[in-house]
Amino acid sequence: MSDVPASWPAYLRADGRKGIRNVLAVVYLVECAHHVAREIVAPFSGTGAQTIGFPGCYPNSYATDMLASLCTHPNVGAVLLVSLGCESFPRAELQARVAASGRPVRTIVIQESGGTRGTIEAGRAWLSEQLPLLRDGARTTMSAEELIIGALCGGSDGTSSLTANPAVGRAFEMLVADGAGCIFEETVEMVGCEDDLAARAVTPALGEALRAAVEKAARYSAAMGWPSFATGNASGGLTTIEEKSLGAYSKSGRGPIHGLLKPCDTPSRGGLYLLDVVPDGDVRWGFPNINDSTEIAELISCGAHLILFTTGRGSVVGSAISPVIKICANSETYARMSDDMDIDAGRILGGETTINAVAEEICRVTMATAAGEPTCSEGLGHQEFILGYKSFEPTGPDCHPGFVPLKPFVDALAV
Amino acid sequence: MSVRRATWRPAVGNCSTERPRGWVRLSDTDDVVVLTESVEPGDELCGPQDEHWTIDRPLAVGHKLAARPIANGETVLKYGFPIGVATQPIAAGEHVHSHNLRSIRIPFADGEPG
Repeated sequence: MSDVPASWPAYLRADGRKGIRNVLAVVYLVECAHHVAREIVAPFSGTGAQTIGFPGCYPNSYATDMLASLCTHPNVGAVLLVSLGCESFPRAELQARVAASGRPVRTIVIQESGGTRGTIEAGRAWLSEQLPLLRDGARTTMSAEELIIGALCGGSDGTSSLTANPAVGRAFEMLVADGAGCIFEETVEMVGCEDDLAARAVTPALGEALRAAVEKAARYSAAMGWPSFATGNASGGLTTIEEKSLGAYSKSGRGPIHGLLKPCDTPSRGGLYLLDVVPDGDVRWGFPNINDSTEIAELISCGAHLILFTTGRGSVVGSAISPVIKICANSETYARMSDDMDIDAGRILGGETTINAVAEEICRVTMATAAGEPTCSEGLGHQEFILGYKSFEPTGPDCHPGFVPLKPFVDALAV
Repeated sequence: MSVRRATWRPAVGNCSTERPRGWVRLSDTDDVVVLTESVEPGDELCGPQDEHWTIDRPLAVGHKLAARPIANGETVLKYGFPIGVATQPIAAGEHVHSHNLRSIRIPFADGEPG
């Protein structure tokens, strides 16, 4: 990828992490504080202030860990916590975890700050003071081996597996070869791919862990009675769950798999990782992913600086904290929604371009986005965010095998 | 999976069509090919290995045709991987979908989606 810059300017955080965006996160700690948080941010729209939060009133360690990971994400430089006051969320713990990262952080409690109006005024005053400091904060340079990239698909159809998904898979092979950390997920759509997943693992123990993650997803889905196969999949030409799974799985490329993550686990080095987002233990938290934005937030909790999002039907979502690059799987959808789409992979279908060429385009757009170029969804103001209840056991040592040198698989795969 | 090896074969051949029609075989071992364009009854598709199929029903892009005759009960490969078993004999060039293919892992218990 000779036309891709080797390094670009980045934001340096006090904990040494490097970000590609400079976000001040305003965080509501219960839905009751959501409006106030949104109002604090409103006049600062487009200046880096963004709203995230957790709606629940009862404590959940997954939610605490998620907000701690997101508030200390490399793209985030300062944090304002907005508490109603009587919710169960451990706000002092979250404030301490953010402060320990060296980021400026303040908590405002609505019940102690004059209610809605007083809190909004206090919050806006803090943002007015902090945003210029954030803009003038430390800079550094960053290169591909410091980048973490997540991938998911949403609004899939029969063309996704022919164009956008394999193109992302190929781009992941290229990005991993450049040293980046690449994360794919959707274990509920990997039924039938277990043997191949296990064979790609860099250690047999990791292979068994990957297989177990898919088996857990299949069990969880069965218990939920979740038909992971919709009418739209069938009318788009897909017949079985194995077939749908293989299409989704092609986003991972063909390279070796270096680890298995759960939400809030950050890859310690470059390589390809599977993110397991299905809760551990009994089925008690509802659907593992109620929508695409939950999965995006979990990819970002693993340190993803940006997200590659493939869509056939045409999703418009972006995200708070990390930019989302949309790769459209067919040119009909692209023509209808081109303002929302960064890349038209549908040209592969007509033979106008190849999977390799689109993969190279994905790499170029990834680097340009990392260097500051806004994506379509950023330009349109998308900052979706959602967080619900879950529970996880920590990942075991088998999920993080010691460093194994990458096989020179990219050359071997050259077409 | 051999998606990366996909070779695009616009099926022009002499199926002398005014409009080029396309399909792709995603892996050399696949038993099905995938339409890269929507087709109509009477459309003819050709390929480099003497494939010559006449379409008997409207099919949207993304649907599958049998690349060879498939016997009832045979495992069917796409992307080089099993995607299900045939529930009846399928002729080369015939539409492959829920009427003649079912999942090995999680068959639909009550009818088919769509």
